[in-house]
Amino acid sequence: MSLLRLSGVTAFYGAIQALRGVDLEVNEGEIVTLIGANGAGKSTLMMTVCGQPQARDGAIIYDGEDITRLPTHAIMRKRIAQSPEGRRIFPRMTVYENLQMGAEVAGNVDFAALLEQVFSLFPRLKERVHQRGGTLSGGEQQMLSIGRALMSRPRLLLLDEPSLGLAPLVVRQIFGAIRELNRSTGLTVLLVEQNAFQALRLADRGYVLVNGGITMAGKGAELLARPEIRAAYLEGAH
Amino acid sequence: MAYALQQLINGVTLGMIYGLIAVGYTMVYGIIGMINFAHGDIFMVGAFLSMISLLGLAAFGITSVPLALALTLIFAAAIASLYGWTVERLAYRPLRGSFRLAPLISAIGMSIVLQTFVQVSQGARVKPMEALLPGGVQLMDQGGFAVQLSWMQVAIVITTLVVLAVFTWLVTRTSLGRSMRACEQDLKMAGLLGIDTDRTISLTFVIGAALAAVAGLMFLLYYGVIDFYIGFVAGVKAFTAAVLGGIGSLPGAVIGGLLIGLIEVFWSAYFSVQYKDVAAFSILVIVLIFMPTGILGRADVEKV
Repeated sequence: MSLLRLSGVTAFYGAIQALRGVDLEVNEGEIVTLIGANGAGKSTLMMTVCGQPQARDGAIIYDGEDITRLPTHAIMRKRIAQSPEGRRIFPRMTVYENLQMGAEVAGNVDFAALLEQVFSLFPRLKERVHQRGGTLSGGEQQMLSIGRALMSRPRLLLLDEPSLGLAPLVVRQIFGAIRELNRSTGLTVLLVEQNAFQALRLADRGYVLVNGGITMAGKGAELLARPEIRAAYLEGAH
Repeated sequence: MAYALQQLINGVTLGMIYGLIAVGYTMVYGIIGMINFAHGDIFMVGAFLSMISLLGLAAFGITSVPLALALTLIFAAAIASLYGWTVERLAYRPLRGSFRLAPLISAIGMSIVLQTFVQVSQGARVKPMEALLPGGVQLMDQGGFAVQLSWMQVAIVITTLVVLAVFTWLVTRTSLGRSMRACEQDLKMAGLLGIDTDRTISLTFVIGAALAAVAGLMFLLYYGVIDFYIGFVAGVKAFTAAVLGGIGSLPGAVIGGLLIGLIEVFWSAYFSVQYKDVAAFSILVIVLIFMPTGILGRADVEKV
């Protein structure tokens, strides 16, 4: 049963078309990755799922419900969470307040338990809990961004380039955390990555996005084995 | 010495009124990056609502001054909030996402609409009101100069401090305040966390208008005369206060308000009343040359 299904989705920034009839499916409990070059439309696709911008044509079905025309805040209250491109930490709020913002949709239900879960995943956040978001290092901000998304108890987590600009050790830690969450809670993940090699190894399935359209889809291991993928996205990426 | 002390008292009182209005400018600027030029006129509407309420309560035979003031405060704040909400809904929200100057121009339009509305509905003449809280306490007497602290001034300062304390609690401790700060820091991200950003922006206007209405009541009590045009000058002064304190900073707005009030009063007392506005604005220019972001403002440098 697919949790998220996009069919024929197009999106525009002004007159510029960013997505051209995207068909994509994410099943419950899966990790699906979206790979592609800079400017292929990966982040736009993630944002379009959240209604920013809204899809011009096509349909976005989440959990059997058409969410294409819903305003962003209504979409995000359906247990979809995004850790967006650029992390978007609230810089003048403490780590704690940032996490509180994440829990805003969940109300105060299970706040303490969720906080504990995020802290056990990213112990660094616990050490920095009263520090302002803007003073954290890049890696810590990434952890906070993911932690904040998890505070809403999502069923579907949209992760936009969690490895961008981070040291390999931190990347491994973050990818480990994603896999752990997926296994232990059945969290469904749609992951956008530049680092195609690692993303495809982590994911159950992958899609390749080129110029706003899906050109290839398949199991992670299959895509990894394809020569054209290796040539386009993996050469020199090891 | 005594003379200076008297001016200090007067300046702080006036500064509190400016500060209350300035908070509304700085909040709206922080959250949607526009200068709400109609805010001064919301303050003026608040002053008129206060006068209507006080006269109405007197007509109904409510003579207890604290009760009348409390009821008026609630009435004026509630109705002015409605004005603030309507202005945002009609004139600003439809223009969100269009070019930056569009809401600024419609704000000037709203300012004219409100002024003209009050001018036509209430008349253009200056409206006087008798002092509600006469008398005061004499603090000291030096060489025939008596330093007076009027009950009115005490009431204004205490009310302002209480209102600001409640407001600070709201912004720093409540879920609504947190959402407001989140919208101020990153509107798009706030939406991605399920915050209804349109609603939060509306509430920002509502709260700003309520504070302006409190300032309107204070102004009415302090000066005892109001007309449909008071919103312009007070609005420009409060806007100056917000910029001086660092636009976007809430404590900055209050500090800026106090400074503008003090500068104005001291200049009037020692130099010339005619040039008091020149003094206030000159100091603004000088401060901005050396501190372009104001006293508590911050340069927008953020880690990416």
